[in-house]
Amino acid sequence: MSGGFLLVLALMLPAVGVAAMFAVPMRAPERIAWLVYPPTLAVVIAIAVAVGRSGEALSYTLGGWAPPLGLMLRADGASAVMMVMSAIILGLVGISACMQFHTPDGVREARVPFTFWALLLALWSALNLVFLAQDLFTLFVALELLTFAAVPLVCLNGKADTLQAALRYLLFALVGSVFYLLGVALIYGAYGMLDFAALRTVARDDLATSLAIALMVGGLMAKTAVFPVHLWLPPAHAGAPAPASAVLSALVIKAPFFLIVRLWFDLLPAQGLLAANMLAALGAASILFCSVLALRQARLKLMIAYSTVAQVGYLFLMFPLATSDAPWETLAWSGGLLQLVSHAFAKAAMFVAAGLIAEALGHDRIDDLAGAAKAAPISVFAFALAGLSLMGLPPSGGFNAKVMLISGAVMLEQWWIAVVILAGGVLAAGYVFRVIGKATADPAEGVEIRPVARSLEAVPLALAICALVIGFVPLQPFAYLAIGRATGVIP
Amino acid sequence: MSPATLFGIMAAGLIGIGLYGLIVHPGALRKLLSFNLVGAGVFLLFGVAAQRGAGAGFTGDPVPQALVITGIVVAFAASALAVALLLRLIEVEHEDDAS
Repeated sequence: MSGGFLLVLALMLPAVGVAAMFAVPMRAPERIAWLVYPPTLAVVIAIAVAVGRSGEALSYTLGGWAPPLGLMLRADGASAVMMVMSAIILGLVGISACMQFHTPDGVREARVPFTFWALLLALWSALNLVFLAQDLFTLFVALELLTFAAVPLVCLNGKADTLQAALRYLLFALVGSVFYLLGVALIYGAYGMLDFAALRTVARDDLATSLAIALMVGGLMAKTAVFPVHLWLPPAHAGAPAPASAVLSALVIKAPFFLIVRLWFDLLPAQGLLAANMLAALGAASILFCSVLALRQARLKLMIAYSTVAQVGYLFLMFPLATSDAPWETLAWSGGLLQLVSHAFAKAAMFVAAGLIAEALGHDRIDDLAGAAKAAPISVFAFALAGLSLMGLPPSGGFNAKVMLISGAVMLEQWWIAVVILAGGVLAAGYVFRVIGKATADPAEGVEIRPVARSLEAVPLALAICALVIGFVPLQPFAYLAIGRATGVIP
Repeated sequence: MSPATLFGIMAAGLIGIGLYGLIVHPGALRKLLSFNLVGAGVFLLFGVAAQRGAGAGFTGDPVPQALVITGIVVAFAASALAVALLLRLIEVEHEDDAS
């Protein structure tokens, strides 16, 4: 199929960048990162355009070996959207990291900047692989690559507490992937193949299939950090440097969730309502429990990290709501994916803004934030804009996503879901306004404030504006997200 | 009892022991070892799948073996990363104690 080689480029360009950082005697790893970025962004956008134009998925069979024995890469509407989102966020976050992870002049390479830029590119390649791979085992490898790139980002500063957070993150992620692999083994034992499209045509509604998918979804939930397996997330995401936190919270936890969505809607032959409601109940527990915890945090970055767990909870509400024969034509499916995208932008904006605020004040204690709006006014403004999306106030992507989920809930008379969404919005308003209120207060006498460069503040503003602009998409199921999602046999 | 069933039960046993260790032991090193036990159980299960492929008239199914080799490499890399983090953590905590 034409254009299929673009999929290979999307995986290989960042990976080649990582290899080049080790091989090419160029002074600064960030130069290679910025050399690789524009062509990869162009490739990703070209994929999205090609998918939109042809109205069908792009695919590429590696080495010409057709599945089930060979491996296939495939970009449908949803994965194209995910890849474009990742590329934009990585680019903006990369800009914000230029100062912090700048290789000093006269040094050939410095450990921390080198690690950061190499891992950022490795992470990009792994993310694209998760969005493109069509083979359950390739997806396992992709998730592991993602984990290996994400874990060291947590402990870049090398302090004992961040090392501990990284270790805990790694252990949770490993247990999650071993459960996933157990599910893959069961699927292989039952069907003798692992390709998504091939499995879809033969999947039976029996115990082995249900058990395998339950194990896989369970393992992926530990990686997505939904209640009660979210314990690793707050220390890890709060301990990482701000640009790394932004990438971890915005993108890394979304990849396993994307896979849950694909397993659930593309593979599971009969989606049980009881299981769907259980997923939604865990999501609801995440929203309520972690929003309350976010309200009680003393440090800004921990508060944002707890809010991530709460917002991830919304994603799980889509499962009992998208139950028709063509789930991707329902409001809930579009609403769930919209929540994923808008949360990614909003949360990246919040973490980058929090990093700048902490730089200006020298700490991130919420109670002592007074004066932040003087030192970093645009950052505080961006934080508030991103907060709109988390609360679900218009105009913002979060508003549209939540309205679509609520409409889906009301149509199916699942009232408790609507109530949870509204309660989560109120709690989010609580923790966002708490920060805004403190930050806009006048600083006490004698507090030392270092204003940050306005140019740096453009990044969180741009991210927050992206989250805002998503609020102008029409409130209806998106045809683009359904491209390539046809049931039945895929040639 | 066929060999496939026997190995299947042993795989389940390994996974069970590993899970028990993961839940019961608080120490990171023991958790890592337990993770490796679970991993060994899962790899054995892939071996069982290969053996069952032989039931379809082949002498054995090579695909699960390829998967297991990849899986072992990944699990080894993961364990190495975890041990490296653990060693660094111990080192840093010693430095903190000394100062």
